[in-house]
Amino acid sequence: MAIKNLLTINRKKTKGALANPKKESSFPADLMTKCPSCRKIFLTKEVETNLKVCPNCDHHFKMTAWERIDSFLDPETFTPFDEHLRTTNPLNFPSYIEKVEADMKKTGLSEAVLTGSGTLKGEKVVVAVMDSHFRMGSMGSVVGEKITRAIEKATEMQVPFIIFTASGGARMQEGVISLMQMAKTSVALKRHSEEGLLFISIMTDPTTGGVSASFASLGDINIAEPKALIGFAGRRVIEQTVREKLPDDFQTAEFLLAHGQLDAIFHRKEMRDKVATIVKLHKRGGVSGV
Amino acid sequence: MSKSMSFEEPIIKLRQKIEELRELAKSADVDMSEEIRTLEERLHQLELKIYSNMEPWDRVQVARNPERPTTLDYIEKIFTDFIELHGDRCFGNDEAIVGGIAFFDGQPVTVIGHQRGKATKENIRRNFGMPHPEGYRKALRLMKQAEKFRRPIICFIDTKGAYPGKAAEERGQSEAIARNLFEMAGLKVPVICVVIGEGGSGGALALGVTNRIYMLENSTYSVISPEGAASILWKDAALAKQAAEAMKITAQDLKKMGIIDEIIPEVTGGAHRDPETQANILKQYLKKGLDELSAMSEEEIIRDRYEKFRKIGDFIEESV
Repeated sequence: MAIKNLLTINRKKTKGALANPKKESSFPADLMTKCPSCRKIFLTKEVETNLKVCPNCDHHFKMTAWERIDSFLDPETFTPFDEHLRTTNPLNFPSYIEKVEADMKKTGLSEAVLTGSGTLKGEKVVVAVMDSHFRMGSMGSVVGEKITRAIEKATEMQVPFIIFTASGGARMQEGVISLMQMAKTSVALKRHSEEGLLFISIMTDPTTGGVSASFASLGDINIAEPKALIGFAGRRVIEQTVREKLPDDFQTAEFLLAHGQLDAIFHRKEMRDKVATIVKLHKRGGVSGV
Repeated sequence: MSKSMSFEEPIIKLRQKIEELRELAKSADVDMSEEIRTLEERLHQLELKIYSNMEPWDRVQVARNPERPTTLDYIEKIFTDFIELHGDRCFGNDEAIVGGIAFFDGQPVTVIGHQRGKATKENIRRNFGMPHPEGYRKALRLMKQAEKFRRPIICFIDTKGAYPGKAAEERGQSEAIARNLFEMAGLKVPVICVVIGEGGSGGALALGVTNRIYMLENSTYSVISPEGAASILWKDAALAKQAAEAMKITAQDLKKMGIIDEIIPEVTGGAHRDPETQANILKQYLKKGLDELSAMSEEEIIRDRYEKFRKIGDFIEESV
């Protein structure tokens, strides 16, 4: 069976299952969804057709990688890359592979990031979408390798690279190899950048630790979704270190914007349009004579 | 006298016993030279046994020993005419990172490193060697300066990690680290780093995207501290000893994984026992590394660094 068919099968299977994670609701699965922010209850369908944004308070629910692709790229243009890469257990951590396999089943993904090429309002782009439903979106060897290969492919194709980040950081079970994925992805981005190519980083909830401290922060343009949690160290660690209460909006997208750490916050409903405009603004030959 | 570490206790005890025996022999005026000689021989054997069979947790203790030589110790012993340069030109001067220019064997170089304190007062000033964003930005400024003047760069890594604080987050700790990884990838001059103590996560890596990575024999390099790993894995920071083993953080582990280039041997018992000799050993490795790299063109240096990090990863390619 071709990899592509495999993916579509998984895709159908998982879409409904993930739309209503247990944590967020105690209502009949699939039917109702409770907003964790305003606590109002909606038909799951209503939330889904609203790009998984709460119709009442604008809370942005976490999206799966496939939902993101569907909401962002031109329909039927996405071709996945490197779906054949599989995670190993370099430090022999007990039940690590079992956990990864369980998440493969749960999400229909091969790892915590989905990469590939497609078009955005007709412009060719390479995208990577991290999925926090898979091991908290943490970065181990496969995530680092898939992102690196996607960047290299974008460089080769001479097209923009766009990433949606959602990650708790480096994956502990792969130890220092995970840490080194921060360097690997960054050196690849440097090459992409040296070619004068555009990199847009879109940080979604949550983007922390080693992912925040590598490619997520390296966009020519750094964007975030409203209220997304973005930061280097965990809130609890900081509270224990500084022994003071942190402001409620600490490490939110709005906090980062106010401190000069972000270019812009885009509502999910305007994400596709705005990012497409940014890509068009960077089109080569866009200015006559240049 | 240097502070003892738990794994050294049998050695310390035996040393004390020999001392007591000597005192006794003197005061009681009896000949115990035979007994003392036997014990000294046993001490020698014990030292050999303990220091050549160090567990990961023992090495963590050596790496964290307050008397372990720091960046400034090595700068003083290895380089000449060091002039410290301060500040990131944006916010301030972070004393958790030091940097400047100096001669290495007659060649101008830029040298940068994490700097922890030895006593409490200095440790507070240097924030225990845990940098804020301005520390990383100072480091990057000095690296760019080195590139302009075609000086090789040497980085000493010695930090528990980047500081987890409110101000650090406000000023972009993540961005500062990320920027260093990215910009170091493009440096046209040879860059070597040496982990001399603890290499704690992203805060260490931000000085570590280099052509050569060396680690002192008793240093560590990890994605998370053993205590942090233990509290996440087993909800108990007291299990740090087991975590130190499981996480594979020693120089020996990283060499086996093919991540670092060389393990720099330490003097018996650890670098703090004889900083002078240790600095000399380190210097030989730096010299060898710089000699190899100075033969490369700018393109080769950048490609060498790219390939070094490009190949790190452990995964399976399933046949499609």
